[in-house]
Amino acid sequence: MRLGVPDLWSQISNLMSQISIEMSIGNMNLTLKVWRQKNTKDTGKMVDYKVANISPDMSFLEMFDVLNEDLITKGDDPIVFDHDCREGICGMCSMFINGRPHGPKDAVTTCQLHMRSFKDGDTIVVEPWRAKAFPVIKDLTVDRSAFDRVIAAGGFISVNTGNAQDANALPIPKAQADSAFEAAACIGCGACVATCKNASAMLFVSAKISQLALLPQGQPERYKRVQNMVAQMDAEGFGNCTNTGACEAECPKGISLENIARMNRDYYSAKFVSEEEG
Amino acid sequence: MGSIANAFSSSIGKKLIMGLTGLFLISFLVVHCFLNCFVFIPDGGLMFNTGAHFMATNWLIRAMEVVLMAGLLLHIVQGARLTFQNQAARPVKYAYHDGQSNSKWYSRSMGLLGTLLLIFLVVHLSQFWTVSRFTGIPSNDANGHEDLYAVMKETFSNVGWVILYVLSMISLAYHLLHGFASTFQTMGWNHKKYTPIIKAIGVGFSILIPLLFAAMPVWIYLGL
Repeated sequence: MRLGVPDLWSQISNLMSQISIEMSIGNMNLTLKVWRQKNTKDTGKMVDYKVANISPDMSFLEMFDVLNEDLITKGDDPIVFDHDCREGICGMCSMFINGRPHGPKDAVTTCQLHMRSFKDGDTIVVEPWRAKAFPVIKDLTVDRSAFDRVIAAGGFISVNTGNAQDANALPIPKAQADSAFEAAACIGCGACVATCKNASAMLFVSAKISQLALLPQGQPERYKRVQNMVAQMDAEGFGNCTNTGACEAECPKGISLENIARMNRDYYSAKFVSEEEG
Repeated sequence: MGSIANAFSSSIGKKLIMGLTGLFLISFLVVHCFLNCFVFIPDGGLMFNTGAHFMATNWLIRAMEVVLMAGLLLHIVQGARLTFQNQAARPVKYAYHDGQSNSKWYSRSMGLLGTLLLIFLVVHLSQFWTVSRFTGIPSNDANGHEDLYAVMKETFSNVGWVILYVLSMISLAYHLLHGFASTFQTMGWNHKKYTPIIKAIGVGFSILIPLLFAAMPVWIYLGL
């Protein structure tokens, strides 16, 4: 049988849609215990949900999309959660899954966590980040503007640094450039605060201080910056670091505890050596 | 000056006080452990009593005793403040928090371990320190020194005290296992070359010192 172009096209597109339906329908059935909270005033509670036919290839957020579509179809209020790029680089997703920020896998964000990391029949507990400085707005969404205020207190360079310079105009040792880059990889998701038993923000703040402290452009404001950012961090009501190392272990970008030691050193230099006030 | 004063009230400053007093207490443990190891010398406690006599009469040691008490008190008060502040930083707790997956239990339990050590210290100081410094030791040894060794023998003839001391030294071991290396991190001394060495020394110290301390009451109880 000879097919015309339109027939061939419709056959291919039928096939494709069939494949895509088969791919999106899986065989995982799960029980979710999700924190539901109407608003900042509401006390909130854990609510149980069943989700069926989940594909192991779905991301954790896509599984939530399926649950939310189901809730909307039933006329229920969908679960509010933060997300944006879904590529692991924006720092918006923020679910505390089975007792760990961003779930059971190391060095991934929730959007990059896939359902194949769970087993059929699992019960999964999903909570928002818990910290006084991160109040719950609704359900799984928390207000992380405390981080913005810490950055606004000094996490910047005041002068225009101009265009990108010639590669060798500013000689920076490779190891130092690498450390600055690694600190700059922080996406500000807040997993460090979420997992820390003290809800301390020191890993985040130290990464934002280090990325500038390690480079020449960051030097003129180095001591002013560390004093102001630490003061703002304290004012926001984050806890104090007790060096458990949980933040480093849970950070999706692998930010190192070395940054906290560097921040401490800079802070002592700023307070006890430098004549500059914050 | 205002800047220096408010440095100590900041989160990093409070940690610095914990670290500095912690290091100071560690240095005390070394001296205390060294002198107490004289109990292992089989001379009926003569050497031990000589050491105790030196500690009780040397003016520098007596002056340092005051500094030690101040340091200990600061460590306790600051530790308690930090613990309460840290608890307040998470008013709504998680329904399920899997701390085990990313940190050691003893690093998360410094407040609890510290409290156990405080209870031990109250018992320990009332058994030996107050007797030696205030109420007086009843007998003297052959050298004419106050017989603190006899007080020790009397105390550790009771198996209950021996068990309490051994358990307390286990608490001390775990407290040090986190505290030793943690102090260096707080000071900002994190270095690719030295940190692994500091951590190794920390583990060795945390096992050796409490082990020696724990061996003392057991040694005396068994009459070795």
